[in-house]
Amino acid sequence: MSRFSVWINKRLPLDETVKEHLTEYFAPRNFNILYYAGSLLLLMIVIQLVSGFFLLSHYDPTSQGAFESVQGIMYDTKWGWLIRYMHVDGVSLMFILLYAHMFRGLLYGSHRAPRELVWTIGYIIYLLMMAEAFVGYVLPFGNLSYWAGEVITSIIHAVPVIGPPLTTLARGGPGIGTATLQRFLALHVVLFFLIILAAIAMHIVALHRVGSNNPDGIDIKKNKGADGKPLDGIPFHPYYTVKDLFGVGVFLTIFVTIIFYAPTMHGIFMERTTFLAANPMVSLPDVTPPWYLSPYYAMLRAVPNKYYGIAIMITSVLLPFLLPWLDRNPVRSSRYRPVYKTMLIVAGVSFITLAWVGEQPPLPKYFMIERVATALYLGFYILLPIMSRIEPTRPVPERVTG
Amino acid sequence: MSRYRYVWFLLVSMLVPGLAFAAGDTVHWMTPHYTFNRTTVIAGARYFADHCMACHSVSSLRYEYLTADLGMPKKEVKKDIMLPNGAAFKKTIVSPMPPDMAAKWFGKPPPDLSHMDRYLGSKFIYTYLLSFYWDPARPSGWNNYVFPMVAMPNVLAPWGGTVGPKGQVIYPGKLSPAEYHKKVADVVAFLRYASDPSYFKRMALGPYVIGILLLFTILAYLLKTAYWIDLKKKG
Repeated sequence: MSRFSVWINKRLPLDETVKEHLTEYFAPRNFNILYYAGSLLLLMIVIQLVSGFFLLSHYDPTSQGAFESVQGIMYDTKWGWLIRYMHVDGVSLMFILLYAHMFRGLLYGSHRAPRELVWTIGYIIYLLMMAEAFVGYVLPFGNLSYWAGEVITSIIHAVPVIGPPLTTLARGGPGIGTATLQRFLALHVVLFFLIILAAIAMHIVALHRVGSNNPDGIDIKKNKGADGKPLDGIPFHPYYTVKDLFGVGVFLTIFVTIIFYAPTMHGIFMERTTFLAANPMVSLPDVTPPWYLSPYYAMLRAVPNKYYGIAIMITSVLLPFLLPWLDRNPVRSSRYRPVYKTMLIVAGVSFITLAWVGEQPPLPKYFMIERVATALYLGFYILLPIMSRIEPTRPVPERVTG
Repeated sequence: MSRYRYVWFLLVSMLVPGLAFAAGDTVHWMTPHYTFNRTTVIAGARYFADHCMACHSVSSLRYEYLTADLGMPKKEVKKDIMLPNGAAFKKTIVSPMPPDMAAKWFGKPPPDLSHMDRYLGSKFIYTYLLSFYWDPARPSGWNNYVFPMVAMPNVLAPWGGTVGPKGQVIYPGKLSPAEYHKKVADVVAFLRYASDPSYFKRMALGPYVIGILLLFTILAYLLKTAYWIDLKKKG
């Protein structure tokens, strides 16, 4: 060790940290394609921070200037279009990765003991990301922003007793205006973002304390070699860092293809109503949330009563917190649990159906689909404690496969 | 339940007529046929300056972009595009009509068309421009199939001709239908460009950016296999 690194390491545990989290952190050797999502999410956070920084330096958080300033970024700022498309399309890609990351966790039982906290903290990050995304898409102050802000803050109205003053507090006044944009901007760039960063750090630290799960859901620490290292484990660095580097290459290629050739993704990543300036006099016939929030919106709509609808929606948002404890089966991975796998796929398909139906106009022909999908999705959580006790399982191997 | 369906249809059709018809599949949306390149956009910009700009602004787009992005000579922009209303080459395209006067004359001020293509889509704009018919009951004398009770008169009538409510030709236009459709398609092309001027930059840069990233991906893959090969040996 050079004198410089000795000097540093006396004062800062640099080598120790690198060893603990990279060079001597043993990850199972059988990670598959779904395991790329985690490192890509870290990359996306950085991309959002950098692009957001440039957007913020050109943004005017007033009801008169917000839409114009965002158009100024698109038309007049050098590379502004690239930065904004990165930031906006980045959100959608982040949610695709988030859903893949969470589904992978459920598929291989990564949320089960001893990783309950990894799951819980991760789920908090997901909820914060939804809040972050919501306050974020109010900021450009298109007509969608205006009405989405109006509709979502009106949900707070349903809180018993303190609902109305709480709504006023959230909006900074009776309606959506400059005060709303300013507090949403503060939440977007400071409060929510810093909590997300802190939660990500906790998520990783908690994961590294218990070790990564794998597609077989077995504990690699049970099979250690003579040197005390897990037989099925490989050091995260260099093996997974180079593998993730390849993942980054593939992902960024897809990302720039979207930015350069389909930045609005045919109205899915950027809805058409974001291109009309906010106008309280023009209500939208199709005020729908962005695709990543629409499953919950569909569940809200499935019940023809505001309070029960909100209750169903909040339940469906909070239920995943309980998943590590709802599952009673000793086997973790769905590879050896055909019944659980089927239930999970049904719940996943229902969730995607809800995302699609949440984007449709509120026409009666969709009501039935909405209700069946909601019932199937919530049914997963209700059936899980019962089915996980009685379901048949296949024998689990001693060592990881594949 | 079916009672509500009509209520919903009525509500939606009051808000955006075109979309309600789309839901009921009664409008046959026409697709504008044009190749989206600098030539069509410049042609569209010329038609737009001649027929539309007196009322409609494109307040996000600056005149200079026609030169910088599309390669239209500055002289021609000044002569053919800019209106003699104090427009400046570096400034944005703003109609000389005062909005409050316009509201008085037409009932409401003509909308800014900067983002109209992304808001309503090329098919809507194209079909809308070709769907005017003569209706003496309207104050302007004009009505529209996809935008009933529209305030805008059919300014393109001298070129496209005048048709009655049932599609019968009252006066033929100066242009043949094919020429006229091409002209309208060019205007649509210009509005599409105006709603996203980054288009040509994106198309020019895209292949290089993707190429570099593909190269990076291939190198990363080779690096990965080089590292992982000793894991395979161990078994």
